[in-house]
Amino acid sequence: MATAVRHPQVSLLVRRSRPAQALNWIPFLTFAVLIGPVAAGLVGTLLPAFGYLPALGGTTLNWGPWRELAELPGIWTSARLSLVTGLATTAGSLGIVVAFCAGWQGTRWFRRAERLLAPLLSLPHVAVAFGIAFLVMPSGWILRMLSPWATGFHRPPDWLTVQDPEGISLIFGLIVKEVPFLLLMTVAAMGQADAQRSRTVALTLGYGPMTAWLKAVLPRVYPQIRLPVLAVLAYGVSVVDVAMVLGPTTPAPLAVRLVRLFNDPELSLRFVASAGACLQTLLVVAGIAIWCVGEKGLRHWGICWIVAGRRNRRDTAARVAAALMLALSSVAVVLAMLGMALWAFASSWRFPEVWPGELTLANWEQHRGGLGPVLVNTITVAAGATLAAVILAIGVLEQEARSGRRAWIVSGGGLYLPLVLPQVAFLFGAQILLMVAGLGANWPALTWMHLVFVFPYVFLSLSDPYRAWDERYQQTAGCLGATSLRTFFRIKLPMLLRPILTSAAIGFAVSVGLYLPTLLVGGGRYPTLTTEAVTLSSGGDPRLIGLYALLQMALPFLAFAVAALIIARRFRHRRGMQTS
Amino acid sequence: MQLRGVTLQLGGRLLMGPLDVTVRAGEVVTLMGESGAGKSSLLAYLCGTLPLAFTASGEVRVGDDEISTWPPQLRRLGILFQDDLLFPHLSVGQNLVFALPPQIRSRAERQARIEKALAEADLPGFADRDPATLSGGQRARVSVMRVLLSEPRALLLDEPFSKLDVSTRRRFREFVFTHLRQARLPALMVSHDPEDAAAAGGPVIQLGRIHAEENRK
Repeated sequence: MATAVRHPQVSLLVRRSRPAQALNWIPFLTFAVLIGPVAAGLVGTLLPAFGYLPALGGTTLNWGPWRELAELPGIWTSARLSLVTGLATTAGSLGIVVAFCAGWQGTRWFRRAERLLAPLLSLPHVAVAFGIAFLVMPSGWILRMLSPWATGFHRPPDWLTVQDPEGISLIFGLIVKEVPFLLLMTVAAMGQADAQRSRTVALTLGYGPMTAWLKAVLPRVYPQIRLPVLAVLAYGVSVVDVAMVLGPTTPAPLAVRLVRLFNDPELSLRFVASAGACLQTLLVVAGIAIWCVGEKGLRHWGICWIVAGRRNRRDTAARVAAALMLALSSVAVVLAMLGMALWAFASSWRFPEVWPGELTLANWEQHRGGLGPVLVNTITVAAGATLAAVILAIGVLEQEARSGRRAWIVSGGGLYLPLVLPQVAFLFGAQILLMVAGLGANWPALTWMHLVFVFPYVFLSLSDPYRAWDERYQQTAGCLGATSLRTFFRIKLPMLLRPILTSAAIGFAVSVGLYLPTLLVGGGRYPTLTTEAVTLSSGGDPRLIGLYALLQMALPFLAFAVAALIIARRFRHRRGMQTS
Repeated sequence: MQLRGVTLQLGGRLLMGPLDVTVRAGEVVTLMGESGAGKSSLLAYLCGTLPLAFTASGEVRVGDDEISTWPPQLRRLGILFQDDLLFPHLSVGQNLVFALPPQIRSRAERQARIEKALAEADLPGFADRDPATLSGGQRARVSVMRVLLSEPRALLLDEPFSKLDVSTRRRFREFVFTHLRQARLPALMVSHDPEDAAAAGGPVIQLGRIHAEENRK
């Protein structure tokens, strides 16, 4: 070949595989890294559930653990509580979000709500749960504001407003936490569903604003937010940390009881705990099945409603009600945060005072020694998991960009498995496997498990901007003589710095808030802010709880602030990079 | 630059070709065609950045080299799009430096080249400016200087004038064609504006009408 003689470097480069193929191993690696621990954990849970765990003397497969599980007192009440909590949380938060979007989409208030709720998304669940507990408890903020002038109380009444046996405070706490999540998911989906124009068309046909949205926009938006909705459902059915703070205790929801059984010093209880984890999985499946039946019914009814053509022109009352519900839920979260922040600096704060008498740093000085290692654990695990998640996500997306087709790990939905499966179902097994392998708790294993939960969020937030990057920049740089490697590092990554750092901050926030993975895989050797806060909740010193809750909320905010600062500094003279 | 028997397929269907074109130095050949006829994909094939969904074949010669199997960065074909595609995170000067061949080692020499290019574009002293603060016409001129600094052996133009307003467009067209003739570069332009073709002054090839219609059936 004549050209090969004249340009030896050319033939070399051509023969070395094209860059498109050179990255093909990345989706496989990602799949192994993410699904490996989940699959292994599931097996590690399933075998002991049927009595097989040689390390603890179980050498045959049998139904023993299931029989024991069925005989636990109140076990069916626990299961029912879990299922009802999940369904009520999902219906409640989705209802508020849909009503608000229907009533207010396209208005200035909608924009404001969106902007206010976005930062609430990154708050750790447990921190919000503590704040909500302080809000609604008999000695809490709401009653303080009303006492004694309206209620006549000079000391807290003997009411059961937190950890009530029916789980109402738990459902309330979960709803206010999930509303921002579902709202932002809906906003993202509306952008793709051409919501604004559909609504306008319906309005010009004489439909009232809410009816217009419900009839013309919702049917197209719902399929796109279905996965997040189901994730909320699965989370609500199997939540542990929030339920430990707000949930009923006699009996507790199933997942909480299972974690207690699993962590019992009596190791043989792990058999029954594993069987319970399988039951927990079945509960999630049952919850999703019930939800799907409900969807079918509503769909049928909704089509009849749309076809009937009623206009409902006067819906101001309904719109105001929707706004009030959203306002109530957001104000609850904001007050919850504020309450925790005040407790962190309070020296004494007696009922029924609305404000603490004096703010001091005494709490911080008293607990400084204990906080150090906890902060170090929290930050190192979160940073490690986030870094790995961002690198993997960029790898998967770059492979996708070069090959022109989505990797099966992305299109198959396997990515979201860790978000939909109950955590106990594979975390029990993962811990048992670590124990059997003689590894015990270690930093790499803990960080790896965090990565499993962090990656989906990082990927979700990064994928849209990454895919939207204009490929002609690649072509331009290539034609200017840059290799694909140089283009990637000098042009593409810097241009995508903002979404990359944002996704990293999201990943960091997710990791900071993880409770069960830290508790089980860390085996108590790596206490983080979240696990420490839950442990402290039984002690009940509100000053200490406030301190941990405040730090928990502060870390994600710090991560976002650092990301914003880096971008602002790096591109302070580049107007084209200020918004994207 | 010479294309011999170049064809373009999408999913097994012939989009274009076989196409034979010869572009002499300093000449601009215009390919006219409807949207969807595969004009931009043809340029991507010439650049070596064709998306994997497409397949293409045929010889592409520049000088004595058959470059259709070379990696993009070795082909040295410059391309201009309808958007200027200045890298928004780099300054005007950094955008230009990015294009300079690495063989030019000395810092002073690289600096001098950029100053000279900016002066030619009637933008002296703009090296430290943020591209986002320039007008559309200024940005377009920077993008032309950027591609010329990379010392291409031929130039591809993908409807480079279609996004500019009428008055800017006329002046910018003049600017581009003057520089092409000065640098004695062969250039291949795709467009659907007859005015562009007329201003280019070179041969015009009507493209893809037959194929586009076939595909519609």
